Amino acid sequence: MMKIVMPVNEKSMESEVSVSFGRTPFFLIYDTESKEGVFIDNTAANSPGGAGIKAAQIVVDNKPDALLTPRCGENAAAVMIAAKVKIYKTLNSSIQDNITAFIEEKLSLLEEMHEGFHNHGAK
Amino acid sequence: MKIAVLSGKGGTGKTLVSVNLAATAASACYLDCDVEEPNGYLFFKPEDIMEEEIFVKIPVVEESKCNGCRTCVDFCKFNALAYINDKLIVFDEICHSCGGCTLLCPEQALSEKAKNIGIIQSGSSENVTVITGILNTGEASGIPIIKKLLESIPVDKKLAFIDCPPGSSCVVMESIKNADYCILVAEPTIFGVHNLSMVYELVKLFNKPHGVVLNKCLAEENPAESFCRENNIKILGKIMFDQTLGELNSNAHIAVRENLKYQQVFSSLLTAVTEEEQNAKTINS
Repeated sequence: MMKIVMPVNEKSMESEVSVSFGRTPFFLIYDTESKEGVFIDNTAANSPGGAGIKAAQIVVDNKPDALLTPRCGENAAAVMIAAKVKIYKTLNSSIQDNITAFIEEKLSLLEEMHEGFHNHGAK
Repeated sequence: MKIAVLSGKGGTGKTLVSVNLAATAASACYLDCDVEEPNGYLFFKPEDIMEEEIFVKIPVVEESKCNGCRTCVDFCKFNALAYINDKLIVFDEICHSCGGCTLLCPEQALSEKAKNIGIIQSGSSENVTVITGILNTGEASGIPIIKKLLESIPVDKKLAFIDCPPGSSCVVMESIKNADYCILVAEPTIFGVHNLSMVYELVKLFNKPHGVVLNKCLAEENPAESFCRENNIKILGKIMFDQTLGELNSNAHIAVRENLKYQQVFSSLLTAVTEEEQNAKTINS
């Protein structure tokens, strides 16, 4: 059994993968064996700062095996690494496509972590 | 007398105004509170530089005492702490050094260690004591450096010019907190008016006597000037858009030290500012 997490825009399997990890409105927690998914609120979304760290804490507390995300900040990645959760890069915005690709082992590990947009992107 | 120079955005002329006013005064202190990108020293080229390191306190965990209650993780508004795999992780660069986690830890598992976040450099340039705050790249907040800068004004300097960071956020509030007078520098554009209105709101909120310097003025209508008229804001002076000034400035020269015309411009501005400050003092006393 593998438990995977994905940032998603709405509480629906037909919704899309969120472009943001730390400030995604919801996370999908999906069990690849039972093919069941639950949606949880990302309470980190409105944090004034450090949203990625808090979001990562929420994800890790659900004890997943892998995180599927289009992007991930350095701090959130540090939390995932400490929790030994693997981070995979999503293929496209379709939730189902990414689940299928993950099961077929077609997703690659996310290797580039961004430095964040603190200082309003002027870094 | 402490005079803060601020504007709603960068590149409006805060440094031009504060550097030239300080250089015009018989004796003054220039404080560069724009600690993320200080540039006043480029003009003054101060000598006999003394350096002081600035430290803040950040939490360290004694793992054997931590029982994983997460009081600290839940408390931190900046999310600088995470509890992962039965271990507390502290993100030093996210921490704003409020000390709350250490205070609240029921197991006394957290203590504080000093962390260097930057330096203060002081030196002199003719009649001006130049004090510059420099924040290390990536640090959360320049406020501890700004606090130290404001404490560093030499007692024999009766006049201090505070070159503020751009905008109206907490670093600006800290920079103007103890100022006697605020100079708002504005550009003659609609965008400039928007930025001016931000800092105007701020100085009103802080109850600071204030006036505006209209910079980069052209012959045509000036929206920033209209804004001042509409809101009854004192216009302290106008600096025209001028290639000579632009060249002096881009070559890191101090206009008043090189050019007679600008000596006069800034000398009248200094008179206007000191008179305004005195008036405000009389009204408030």
